Amino acid sequence: MIMMAITAVLLLVGLGATPALAATTPTPTPAAACAANATTGCLQGTIKLPSGDPAVGIKLEIKGGDLDTVATTGSDGKWSQAITVAGPYTINLDTSSIPDGAVLDSAAKNPATVNGALNKNVGFVFKIVGGTTADDGTTTQTPTTDAGTGVSFERFLQQLVSGIRLGLLLALAAVGLSLIFGTTGLSNFAHGEQVTLGGLLAYLFANVLGLNLILAAVISVVICAATGYFQDAAIWKPLRRRGLGTTQLMIVTIGLSIALQYAFQYFLGASTVRIDMANPVTVQLGPVALSQQSLVSMGIAIVVIALVGFVLVKTRIGRATRAVSDNPSLAAASGIDVDRIIRLVWTSATALAGLSGVLLGLVLNGVNWQTGLQLLLLMFAAITLGGLGTAFGALAGAMIIGLVVELTNLVLPGDFKYATALVILILVLLVRPQGIFGRRERIG
Amino acid sequence: MDQFLTTLVAILNSAISPQTAALAIAAIGLNIHFGYTGLLNFGQAGFMLIGAYAFAISIIGGLPIILAFLIALVAAVIFALILGIPTLKLRGDYLAIVTLSAAEIVRMVGRSSLLTNITGGSNGITGNEYRGPFTDLSFFGDGRVDFGPWNYDATGSNGWWFIATAWFVVALLCLFVWAIMRSPWGRVLRGIREDEDAVRALGKNVYSYKMQALILGGVIGAIAGIVYILPASLQADSMGRSMTYFIFTALLLGGAATVFGPVLGAIVFFALRLLVQGLAGQFVPGTIMNGQQTEQFAWIVIGITLMLVVIFRPQGILGNKKELSFDVK
Repeated sequence: MIMMAITAVLLLVGLGATPALAATTPTPTPAAACAANATTGCLQGTIKLPSGDPAVGIKLEIKGGDLDTVATTGSDGKWSQAITVAGPYTINLDTSSIPDGAVLDSAAKNPATVNGALNKNVGFVFKIVGGTTADDGTTTQTPTTDAGTGVSFERFLQQLVSGIRLGLLLALAAVGLSLIFGTTGLSNFAHGEQVTLGGLLAYLFANVLGLNLILAAVISVVICAATGYFQDAAIWKPLRRRGLGTTQLMIVTIGLSIALQYAFQYFLGASTVRIDMANPVTVQLGPVALSQQSLVSMGIAIVVIALVGFVLVKTRIGRATRAVSDNPSLAAASGIDVDRIIRLVWTSATALAGLSGVLLGLVLNGVNWQTGLQLLLLMFAAITLGGLGTAFGALAGAMIIGLVVELTNLVLPGDFKYATALVILILVLLVRPQGIFGRRERIG
Repeated sequence: MDQFLTTLVAILNSAISPQTAALAIAAIGLNIHFGYTGLLNFGQAGFMLIGAYAFAISIIGGLPIILAFLIALVAAVIFALILGIPTLKLRGDYLAIVTLSAAEIVRMVGRSSLLTNITGGSNGITGNEYRGPFTDLSFFGDGRVDFGPWNYDATGSNGWWFIATAWFVVALLCLFVWAIMRSPWGRVLRGIREDEDAVRALGKNVYSYKMQALILGGVIGAIAGIVYILPASLQADSMGRSMTYFIFTALLLGGAATVFGPVLGAIVFFALRLLVQGLAGQFVPGTIMNGQQTEQFAWIVIGITLMLVVIFRPQGILGNKKELSFDVK
């Protein structure tokens, strides 16, 4: 209840702070949220103006089943319509309700047909882009600025820096995943959720509870570390004792991943939340523009990765970790407490993943329940590329994957950027299955 | 009480729905991979998507339904070859990561805005664009038909024609799996699952057998994709990673390496979800858990169920513990 009150207050403050929006548009009440259950389904969507602000008061005629009604987007740009009959519905966006200076994207189907189903939320997206409608009804669409795939040196530099940024943040999470794999043989499919957890906790502390950002980040990382510690104590160590095979354990992590994803949605909903409400301040470095958050995040990531590297190479505990990674039984025979090392690996891996989540949330200016899910395959690609189970391989792999993902943008549309990383993964397995730093005998 | 009846009706409806049958078929295919051969295929949803796209696009392109169906199967064979050639010689978890990635690639390409003209991009393809030829095959006539507690159209996209064909395919595939797993070929597959080296020592080409299993299960996955989209619409995101996870959950719930395990698992999967959601909706006050949250709560229960099943009863409801060796080499 308290959290809801705080969010409500924040919302009100947010609305009050944007008088321009309130002045130019009539203020319809937000569309009543529709909840799907066994007898009701929902059609819904969010419409945004080209500026990214919610489009208020857009009218949508919805016909089908026993309905013939008009839904209107609320002050959050959202519309929803409850249905009681499953089947096709046509949604016709009333183009005259779009504010001046914007038109419906020419690629959009209007009217559109969607299949409504009971007990389901069916979303449909109408995209509004910049442009004008002439009196005769023809529309002129303003080309979006980043639509091109043209390669210029400036764009190359910008994407290169973005690639390094993604690589560093990916490496934070991937090193932990790789160490867990190395020490226990477990492919942890719930590692992405540890990243999400970090971001969402930072949102909770910094935004909802209003703590100082740095304090919030530190608390989030500490809590994430604790989840790793207790996870190993409560789940993984007992299961290792029971002698569960690695495949079985892997499927357990998939169950955990499903449970965690929906738990995030349960508490915070499916929308993207922002950790830092202030608008990002951009820093111009020659041709490259970066937000302040990005610069600081990259700095923190470099320091932390260097620290992890130092610990692994120079300290006793780091050498023990690498020994367990190489060969657990040999390490145990030479007097290393394998269980203690694994507990430590779990704790630091989840802490690193949490940190990665906090920084990603700041850099991408938002975090939602599937932030980590989207990164999981990139992490796997990174550690496979570097050599499964090797920490430095994970670092190298993450940098390569980060660069590939961002540089792909230069030549291919944005939808493909993650796909190319995965294509590389498959190609690597064809040519050098053990990865860059892996050894032949790991192939099996 | 009303709420309870509604839940019961929803469960009964979902128990026989073509979507449940599609999940069962996908699980039957995965069972050949995972249950019988020990291959960790985490891209079953990718096979479904490949089959669904190939089928829908062929029909929209004007090909007859039989040809569209065959094209879908051939597409699945090609996809299996692409996945299998680099990975089947490697350790099991490489196949897991590659299949998962490949399925994601299929989904991303399918929903890409570049291909909107062919695949419909992220909006997908609506059912009535490809459903016609299948509906035309119906000999069930028109009107509504009562059968037990169910009342559906005879032929409509939610109707008996779709339900009957879907479950007929399930029955056919169960019979097929039962038959081939008793054959010498099936014994080799199970041998590979138990001890690959022993099978190799007997002079069998393990790589080739694994590839055959991957192709066969993948083709069955493609059939599942077609069954899944026929009564609904084709949307890339509806067959993403979660779908693969749900297929695994259904298979492990029912019992891997059994003939009826995948079918029972698929029904239990949907029933459990609706039951939890219905009960939560009825007994937990709306102030604690709203309608949206009951749905998410049901998914949380599914995730935990998967964990508990794998830990405490890895052979599932129908399985035989001795028969199933979980450890993939």
